[in-house]
Amino acid sequence: MEEIIVSVLQRTLVAGTPLLLGTIGEVLCERSGILNLGVEGVMSMGAVTAFIVTFATGSPWLGLAVAILAGMLISIVHAFASVTLQSNQVVSGLALTMLGLGISGLLGKPYIGTPLSVKMNTLPIPGLVDIPYIGRIFFDQSPFFYMAMVLAFIAWFILVHTSLGIKIRSTGENPRATETQGVNVSLVKYLCVIIGGGFSGMAGANLSISYSKSWIEGMTAGRGWIVVALTIFALWNPTRAVIGAFLFGGIFVLQYLIQPFGISPNLLAMLPYLATLVVLVAIGMRDSNKLNAPAMLGEPYKRGER
Amino acid sequence: MLRLKVSDRQEITTLHSFLTLVFSIVTGMLAISLIFLISGANPLYAFAKIFTGSFGSIYGIKETITKAIPLILIGAGLAVAYKAKFWNIGAEGQLLLGAIFGTWVGLNLGESLPFYIIVPLMFLAGFIGGGLLGAIPAILKIRYSVNEVISTLMLNYICAEFLTFLIVGPWKGKTKFGFPYTDDLPESAILGVISGTRIHYFTLILGILSVLFLGFLLFKTRFGYEVRVIGENPNAAKYAGISFFRTLLIVMIISGGMAGLAGVGEVAGIHHYLSYPASISSGYGFTAIIVAWLAKLNPIYVIISGLFFAGILVGGDAIQISLNLPAATVFVFNGTLLVFLIMGDYFLKHRVKLQWSRT
Repeated sequence: MEEIIVSVLQRTLVAGTPLLLGTIGEVLCERSGILNLGVEGVMSMGAVTAFIVTFATGSPWLGLAVAILAGMLISIVHAFASVTLQSNQVVSGLALTMLGLGISGLLGKPYIGTPLSVKMNTLPIPGLVDIPYIGRIFFDQSPFFYMAMVLAFIAWFILVHTSLGIKIRSTGENPRATETQGVNVSLVKYLCVIIGGGFSGMAGANLSISYSKSWIEGMTAGRGWIVVALTIFALWNPTRAVIGAFLFGGIFVLQYLIQPFGISPNLLAMLPYLATLVVLVAIGMRDSNKLNAPAMLGEPYKRGER
Repeated sequence: MLRLKVSDRQEITTLHSFLTLVFSIVTGMLAISLIFLISGANPLYAFAKIFTGSFGSIYGIKETITKAIPLILIGAGLAVAYKAKFWNIGAEGQLLLGAIFGTWVGLNLGESLPFYIIVPLMFLAGFIGGGLLGAIPAILKIRYSVNEVISTLMLNYICAEFLTFLIVGPWKGKTKFGFPYTDDLPESAILGVISGTRIHYFTLILGILSVLFLGFLLFKTRFGYEVRVIGENPNAAKYAGISFFRTLLIVMIISGGMAGLAGVGEVAGIHHYLSYPASISSGYGFTAIIVAWLAKLNPIYVIISGLFFAGILVGGDAIQISLNLPAATVFVFNGTLLVFLIMGDYFLKHRVKLQWSRT
């Protein structure tokens, strides 16, 4: 029994890690006032590029680096459309998703059905891994998990405790006032969208070179959309994102856990999506003033005449 | 120094708007060529193939019209929702639930009823199925401020799993040798086609009629006016006392219902039984988003943009086979065109000039 609990918790963290990475990126992006619905497509780009580079070079770290770069590059499309062209962010986010899913399908076609011979191996932390129970759950994970935890902390620290964080948050709250303080609002937004894209790319890499070690079309399976929902659940706070991501990681694991009890796998596969709806309704039942959503989230900002 | 000067354009003529559209599509195609080139396919050959595969041959035209049917139905419904700025991304799921409802009626009542009763009943059931699914995000949005993009998308995944559950489980056909399909619909529940084609004309006529109806509803009635005010100026709508709940609920029942009709058409006109979600709808719900956008959210124009994108789907199938490209190629097309349409919109609304200045 203990064995099962430890293994379930360990796998919960594994399944939650890509969600956490994506959510940190989306929190950053939305804090600057830009809604990015392209996460699903960017994740897919990250997954395919990480796979291809790892396949070609045998180095998962190089694969990860290229995935981050690819995620950042393709996100420029959304940054350009939503910041420079002030277009509707819902539409341009959807365009980004389609582009990402399409290009990754195109690039990945020759690699379908060929698994990697190397992948990002788990990295047991010496010493800590020997702590009973805790060690196996927390310190016998892939590097993605440790990186995600550290990045969540860094993102929280930057957003809450640095002047850069104040610039980002006030850009999302009141861009006009922020601009009068001499902050380049457009630049802040560009940076947040692009760095957010890097996180999504990383999340995709997590899926293709660590979570599994193969590429199939549609392997992100809606995780990008769950990330957008988790960002709301996290109330735009990276530390709360940790809780949300691992809660959903648990739901992914739960599917496999209760499958032997004779429930249809298709009905179980609905669980994460149903849970997303439930979570959003639960948050919606709260007083909306306490949600602290960035005030200008999704609103195009037009610079005034000078 | 050379500088860009941007100012708002005061007047926008229809001709200007049309030319911008054409320019966006052409530049979009150029960008797609680039992507083809990078992925090792000759873009000229690819475009030639797409054209001959869609509008450039008799077979292509037949298939293009066949695929335009669901796109027109769904696109017109989405145009209504988007006019109210309600971002329904769930047409795929609404189509599937419509197909499920319609098939249930066909399988269970089809044997005992003549076609002129069963066919309208199936479409009604499909409209109800899609409409019910459309109503959920509207209620969630207004009561619990749940973002509709996420809720409609989640319902897509849920419906796809539900359909798969039905066909591998309780609805699995006894005559299908263990394949995950339902039994065939009875003869009376199968739609007629124009001979030598797959064009199920009943759905086509239904589509054109409902497009005309929606165009009328949106631009000539009080209800349509309310929809547009909610979309363009929600604050004004609030002051004018327009009920958001009632209006958006009806909008989403229509929007989902239209996708449901498309689902019934696909099953009763093309497949004749339910099978995997991906074969019932090859992404129509997503392609229709751009169909609606290209039509400038006018249900009438959806007929043209629906045909255009049906051509891309059919031509896309042709190059997938001859150039060995994956199914996702169509997404590249759609995504790129959407990006260029967005950019075109910017140049339509703003006057951008390059000019020399001394500063």
